[in-house]
Amino acid sequence: MNVISLSAFDLCLAASLVLLLAGCSLRIGLGLEKRLLVSGVRMTVQLLLVGMVLKFLFASASLGLVMLMSFCMLLVAGYEVWARQKRKLRGSTGYLISTGSMLVSSFTVAFLALTVMVGVDPWYTPQYAIPLLGMLLGNTMNGVALASDRLTTDIYNQRGLVEQRLLLGESWQEASGDIRRDCMRTGMIPIINSMAAAGVVSLPGMMTGQILGGSSPFDAVKYQILIIFLIAAGTGFGVLTAIWLISSRLFDDRQRLILDCLSKLKGH
Amino acid sequence: MGLRLSAISFLSNGPYSMDVRSGECVGLTGRSGIGKTQLLRAVADVIVHGGECSLDGKPSSHFTPPNWRKTVAMVPAESFWWYDTVDSHFQDGESLAAGRILLERLGFSSDVMGWQVSRLSTGERQRLSLFRTLITEPRVLLLDEPTSALDPKMTQVVEEIVVEKCSNKKTICLWVSHDQGQLFRVAERVFRLEVKALVSIGQQ
Repeated sequence: MNVISLSAFDLCLAASLVLLLAGCSLRIGLGLEKRLLVSGVRMTVQLLLVGMVLKFLFASASLGLVMLMSFCMLLVAGYEVWARQKRKLRGSTGYLISTGSMLVSSFTVAFLALTVMVGVDPWYTPQYAIPLLGMLLGNTMNGVALASDRLTTDIYNQRGLVEQRLLLGESWQEASGDIRRDCMRTGMIPIINSMAAAGVVSLPGMMTGQILGGSSPFDAVKYQILIIFLIAAGTGFGVLTAIWLISSRLFDDRQRLILDCLSKLKGH
Repeated sequence: MGLRLSAISFLSNGPYSMDVRSGECVGLTGRSGIGKTQLLRAVADVIVHGGECSLDGKPSSHFTPPNWRKTVAMVPAESFWWYDTVDSHFQDGESLAAGRILLERLGFSSDVMGWQVSRLSTGERQRLSLFRTLITEPRVLLLDEPTSALDPKMTQVVEEIVVEKCSNKKTICLWVSHDQGQLFRVAERVFRLEVKALVSIGQQ
């Protein structure tokens, strides 16, 4: 079975739906229209570019190029996580923490999958490595970004409460414990929910793609199971890493809550 | 012996130095926004500050931060509660049981522990917040406007309780208030906080 090729017109039709949505956003003063359009254009351009890059990469299949591509993806993912936080850690620390968490959540898990579970030879075969890493980065990014954003926002908003607990002689871990656990839950619940709903409510994208591409449904399902497990584990460990690193930066060596290291929120 | 503030400074305030004897209550007043609360927060070591406090000759850096704050305990003007019921904020059942009489003096019956925090009045929160700190028996009490939301009768009760703590348990107290009359009732020495200095305005 061959995939039916999509024409440019088909894609334009789909894009017009998003334009319509942007129109609605403008009409009701949602303020999302610019972001919607910019993101839509970015998505299109980035995917077209990556299509070309992948074509080139699959043809060459060298370790150096695969690693270069992987690190570019990682740096962008780290930036996305960082940029999505309303209150960011100032300076390079915030970006490094975001990127570090993405490294934990995606790189390590992808490497393990390639070498042990899929066992493709060589392990960096781009047809496997790049899509796998991409899926992981894309899906774990949401959880890590959600949890990080919530942590800095919550600690800032509840600074009086955190300080009250410090004043009662709690350690910084105890004083921020409830907030940190809430944020970890926030980061992990979406993937847990989507695991529970997989196959019943939603047909996951990768599986759908493989089936459209002509694989047997059962092979597609097995890959999908592997991927979802990896995403769940990656998200979980990424979230734990991010929350730990960020929260430890919010307190100094005398366990004082330091909020100067967060960027200020601008009014609009 | 006692609490020593050595050249405490923060932002553009200070340096402030002071010695407070065991069992002494010192009153602090000063115009709004001058930094009275910040001075207490610096002594409790929850804000970055210059200089150092020491207790009985032992500098705060020799304590772990939680131990210092348990020993030199601040009751902030606005109290915070993070669980639904009052009793969830009291983990130490033993000291809670020992505090029954204190709780009654502050105008509560023992069923207050099951109350919803969201239904407490400002004054009730203020008294419970003071109670929460008092039952941990700190060596030093840092009180920030502890009676701002209380009626005259309860204000008197709180003043009596703190004065008793100072004379019976040798507790040290720094009491911040706008009400100079109150400070002269409870404190042996009263100071006015200015940007660069603590000015003595009277003693008993």
